[in-house]
Formats: sequence, structure tokens, C-alpha cells
Amino acid sequence: MLQANKQENIGDNQVLKMIQRGIAVGFPIMIGYLPIAIAYGVLAKQAGLTLVELTMMSVFVFAGASQFMAVNMIAVGSSAIEIIIATFILNFRHFVMSLSFMNRLRPVSLKWKVPLSLGLTDETFAVSSLHAKEANEEKGSLFYTSLFLTAYFAWIAGSFLGGVLGEIIPQRLSDSMGIALYAMFIGLLVPAVKKQWRLALISIAAILINVICTSLLHMSTGWAIVLGTVLGGLCGVFLMREEEEK
Amino acid sequence: MTVFLIVIGMSLLTMIPRMIPAFLVEKLQFRGWVNRWLNAIPFAALGALIFPGILSVKEGEPSVGIMGGIVAVVLSMLGLNVILVVIGAILTVFLLPI
Repeated sequence: MLQANKQENIGDNQVLKMIQRGIAVGFPIMIGYLPIAIAYGVLAKQAGLTLVELTMMSVFVFAGASQFMAVNMIAVGSSAIEIIIATFILNFRHFVMSLSFMNRLRPVSLKWKVPLSLGLTDETFAVSSLHAKEANEEKGSLFYTSLFLTAYFAWIAGSFLGGVLGEIIPQRLSDSMGIALYAMFIGLLVPAVKKQWRLALISIAAILINVICTSLLHMSTGWAIVLGTVLGGLCGVFLMREEEEK
Repeated sequence: MTVFLIVIGMSLLTMIPRMIPAFLVEKLQFRGWVNRWLNAIPFAALGALIFPGILSVKEGEPSVGIMGGIVAVVLSMLGLNVILVVIGAILTVFLLPI
């Protein structure tokens, strides 16, 4: 009896620990998302969307770049079909990212994987991929769930606030906060590269491909990122070791 | 009403590509090279997401993004927590003379 109680306590602690860790790790995404989401809310309102519509878009789509694009397209009177297809193209990179993340998440059951896949953005993918070891820990699914929910709620709350209150962060500060997500990406990449310089080659290859696709071939951002990620990642076939603990 | 349809359509076409891989990995076991490829994807994605996007942090002034980026690299080289790297980069861009 005592033994069973003890066991339960350890289980509860692990649950709490994973949730707390997920929120802490997701916090930088929150900082990055809030000003962008507010800017989205303001823009959507100006484009003529109601508060309900612009918030619903954040709830159901949860993909920043495509929401900005959609709102701009609505403002200039594009058709629904055009907007939906453009969204698909821009967000197709999430397929590649999801495949990579779900392959890492094999120890987690399908009933967790499916809802988690819906929360996948550039940012949640980047952060959770560099915290891959939690996938093998007990209650690891809770770590990713709370990480994703932190980002998700920041996105929805920011959109709503932007729609209600307008530009509440002073213009100059919100301009400066545009660097936040890039700094987060750098802050994730550098420590990994410091441990294994070979990883830098993968990133550099992806950057080169991305630049070639956008500047020389004049591709859209969406496709350029897909190609940079897929082809850059191919370098990893020769550079990564089989059981890389990354 | 149209906006509502747009939201539904966008939602479906964003959800489907995100969700399919969850089922794929249930059905398929990958060969070694595919696993290495997929494990390299995050590092490729980080590269492609950082550059050249960072140049457009401030429109028409790529140097602003570059400065913020350099500070972020230096701070993370020093081993600072991501959150401090983010705050350092924001402050740099904020304090840059315009």
C-alpha cells in the first residue's frame, strides 16, 4: 500500500516536472510570438476582418506567415481558392518538418502524436527537435504538449489583443522584437554546432540552397525553404552518425 | 461568410500535411540513411529559416538584422540560455541608432 502510494507520487512529480519544463522551454517562442501575433491582429482588423474571424484564424490555422499572407490577400480582394492554395504552398514545409519530428517521436503513442502534429510550426519544430531526448523519457509527451500549448496560447492571445487594442507595444520596441525568433533559432543552433561542427555544414548547405532559390531562381519563400531544408538535410546522410543523440 | 470559408480551407490544407507524418511513422520503418536524413532536417531547417530571412527584420536595412544576429551568435557562443540570447538581440536592435 505504502509502496503503491510512493509510486504514484513519483508519477505525479514526473508529470509536473515535464509540464514545467515544457513551458520553460517554450517561453522564448512566447516572447517571439506575442509581438508578431499582435501585429497580425492589427493588420487583420485593418483588412476588414472581425475580431471573431481574426481570432478564429489563429485558432484553426496557427501558422504565422500564411495568416499574414491571407490577410493581405483578403485586403486586395483575392479569391478564397487563391488564398487557400497559397497557404498550402507556404505551409508545405511543415510536412517535411513533421516527418522529421514524428520519426523522433516514435516512442510516443499515436494518440499523442496526432494532436502534437497539429501544433507544429517552424518555431515549435525547431525548439522541440533540439530537445529530442524528452521523447524517450517517461511522460515525454507532456513535455511537448505543454511546450506547444505555450506557443499556441501566446499566438491566439496576441492575435486577439492586436484585434482589440491595436498596437499596444510601442512601435520601436515591437520593431526590435522582430529579431526575437531569429535570435531564438541562432540560440538553438549555435550550442549544437559547438558540440558537433559537422552540423554547421548541413545548415550552411541549406542556407546556400535557400539563397540560390530565392535570389537566382526567384522562387517563392515557401518553396525555397522546403528545398533548402530537404536538400540541405540530404548532406546529413553523409554527415550524421546512425544513433546521433541530437 | 467568405472569411469563414477561407479559414476552414486554410485550416484543412495546413492540418493535413502536418498530420500525415504521424500516421506514416506508425506504418513505416526507415532505412539508416533515411533516419540520418530526417535527423539532419532540424539543422537544415534552422539554416533556411535564419538566412536570408534575418535580413528583413527591418525593411530596407539588412544591417539591423545582421547586427542582431551577430550579438545572438556571440551570446550563445558564451553559453547563455536561449531566453537571454533572445533578450540580448532585442536590446541590440532596440538600442541601434536609427
